[in-house]
Amino acid sequence: MGNLFEFLLLDDPNVRWVLLAVVLMSASSGVVGTFTFLRKRALIGDAISHAILPGICLAFMLAQTKNPFFLLLGAFTTGWLGLFCIDMITARTKLKPDAALGLVLSVFYGFGVLLLSIIQNSGNAAQSGLDKFLFGKAAAMVQEDVMVFGLFSLVLISVVIYFFKAFTLITFDREYAGTIGIPVKRMELLISVLTVFAIAIGIQAVGVILMAALLITPAAAARYWTENLKWMIFLSAVFAIFAGMMGTFISYTLPKMPTGPWIVTVLSLLTVFSVLLGKKRGILYELQTQNRVKKQILGENILKCLYHLGETDDAYQRYRAFDLIQDTRSIPTRDLKRGLIILQKKNLVTVTGKEVALTPSGVEEGRRVTKIHRLWEIYLTKHMQLPSDHVHEDAEAIEHIITPELERELEKQLEYPLVDPHASPVPYKGKE
Amino acid sequence: MDAFWIILTGALVAATCGLLGCFLLLRKMTMVGDAISHAVLPGIVLAYLVAHTRASLPMLIGAAIFGVLTTIIIEILNKKGKLQIDAAIGVAFTWLFAIGVILVSAFADKVDLDQECVLYGEIAYVPLNTWIVNGQNMGPQTVWILSINFVIILLYIILGYRGLQLTSFDPLFAATLGIATSFWHYSLMSAVSLTTVLSFESVGAIMVVAFLVGPPAIAYMLTDNLPKMLLLSVLSGILAAIGGYFLSSWVNGSIAGAMVSCIGLEFIIALLIKKGKEKTSMEDAAHHIREAGFSKHSP
Repeated sequence: MGNLFEFLLLDDPNVRWVLLAVVLMSASSGVVGTFTFLRKRALIGDAISHAILPGICLAFMLAQTKNPFFLLLGAFTTGWLGLFCIDMITARTKLKPDAALGLVLSVFYGFGVLLLSIIQNSGNAAQSGLDKFLFGKAAAMVQEDVMVFGLFSLVLISVVIYFFKAFTLITFDREYAGTIGIPVKRMELLISVLTVFAIAIGIQAVGVILMAALLITPAAAARYWTENLKWMIFLSAVFAIFAGMMGTFISYTLPKMPTGPWIVTVLSLLTVFSVLLGKKRGILYELQTQNRVKKQILGENILKCLYHLGETDDAYQRYRAFDLIQDTRSIPTRDLKRGLIILQKKNLVTVTGKEVALTPSGVEEGRRVTKIHRLWEIYLTKHMQLPSDHVHEDAEAIEHIITPELERELEKQLEYPLVDPHASPVPYKGKE
Repeated sequence: MDAFWIILTGALVAATCGLLGCFLLLRKMTMVGDAISHAVLPGIVLAYLVAHTRASLPMLIGAAIFGVLTTIIIEILNKKGKLQIDAAIGVAFTWLFAIGVILVSAFADKVDLDQECVLYGEIAYVPLNTWIVNGQNMGPQTVWILSINFVIILLYIILGYRGLQLTSFDPLFAATLGIATSFWHYSLMSAVSLTTVLSFESVGAIMVVAFLVGPPAIAYMLTDNLPKMLLLSVLSGILAAIGGYFLSSWVNGSIAGAMVSCIGLEFIIALLIKKGKEKTSMEDAAHHIREAGFSKHSP
């Protein structure tokens, strides 16, 4: 715990710089990566990050210094070249996109490894630490690095904010964006430039191999919490920053531990957590919704069944045995009991022993469902020309979905019919 | 002698990957090799920790477990979580690779593996680790293991040629013929995983990917005929292994990196040959059209 406080208080000036840089780099990856994710270019991000390695090595060989500005320039050049090669190979040869990706990724990377080993074997003292680009070198960052990368990260985020509208339109509806006068080609080029820069900056934190994760995993996690792009970008940045801080903290407390892989692990855990619990599309959320709908359908079916029984002897609130209900409609005993408990809580039925009766509000609810069912049957026979023995199944499903507004619309269109195709009366309000 | 063993190791990896890669390429599943080669790392590290040996069998078991785990994670994210497939793959393999690197760092003193070895292998050390039977030096262990793997893969492709070919080119047609497409899918995946794990030590993760994608891509550019493609793929892979060795000793750099660079060079040459061919065939066609046009109008 003591470590955590020490870390959070930022007493150590090194930690302060490293943390600032990691936060800015993660945030810019998270922001730019949201577009990479939505444009389904996750694996291209992976290929670009591998293609950056030879650029860093070449920049070092030419400039003989680890000045972050030169390295970034080199990284951008080959990253861009890699992207260009992928597009060129896909467009000009019969190779498919996946092969073009794999080829560019591995060949550029292999060439980078060759250059890196040449530099290492050359005995140049300044080169030490260049291999840190493979797995990130967050902990080894100096003030100069922080200034350059931090500044670039801020520029990236600002550009995204400035062009937010255009980027959004291009991502979701490219054609439409073109028709309203957005320069689609130029904007797409800008997104690519931003992506390559975000990757070139981000590899300082997590390294070449894991960069794809810093780019797309925050966006993947954010996707489960919101449908709104602004919130998604914001959340994606928050997740990335959180993971960046966690990774830095872990490698600060346990110097043996690498920062980059921990950032990625924290991000992946966040994603798994979001996939399970996310408010939008999360697995648990969907299960909950399904469960709720199932319960609603079960309850409405029981009410409808009791209402039908009421119709036979014109005694809507009479007590009926469970067996009678199950004879009329096949509901498993377990479901029936479960459904009745829920209905009783909502004060729609009263249960005594093995018998159940509708309450006045239960009668009303049963009447409503029955009415929709019969209205729909009429609608299908009248407007869809379906034979009357084919409409029941469909009505069984739709009766749980139709809203009061649609119900009124149906009544009006069918001109308040009195009987359904099976000659059962349509129960209007106040009939019972 | 060392040079011979190193080149032979590279050539064996190149030939095996070249054969399997052709089918991956035709099935548009190139990135699967990439994902597998990254994702099995934690399995390999854990196998080292448990078995305290670099023997192939525990490594294979560990890698197999994590290979299956990867597909399960991708499946859950994609099907249950409705995450788009490219992102699901990206998240799954980077995560597992990150865990692998963390394990390597955490147990650095117990595991005879380091981050660099994971990435570009130790092909230069292959000749050092020899197999000795009754005091007789039988050559490097790795060469033996890779040779056995090569024979297995070669037999698999020869015996399963028809099934592999049909399911790669036209899975629907193959299914109507009653061929079990999923059997060929999973057996091919297993073959790729086996080769990836066994080649991992000598050439590293990315090099395996390069050999799986590069030579088949070169061959695919130059021919439409599958047997020719397989042959060309193997030959260009072996050529890259030989060329890479000499390139690396010339520039004093990583052998595996040089081999992959040679693949890149070969691809560029293949592109130029292809462009040249297209040009001449276009000119030929234009010539024919002109001739035909003239003969029509001539009396």
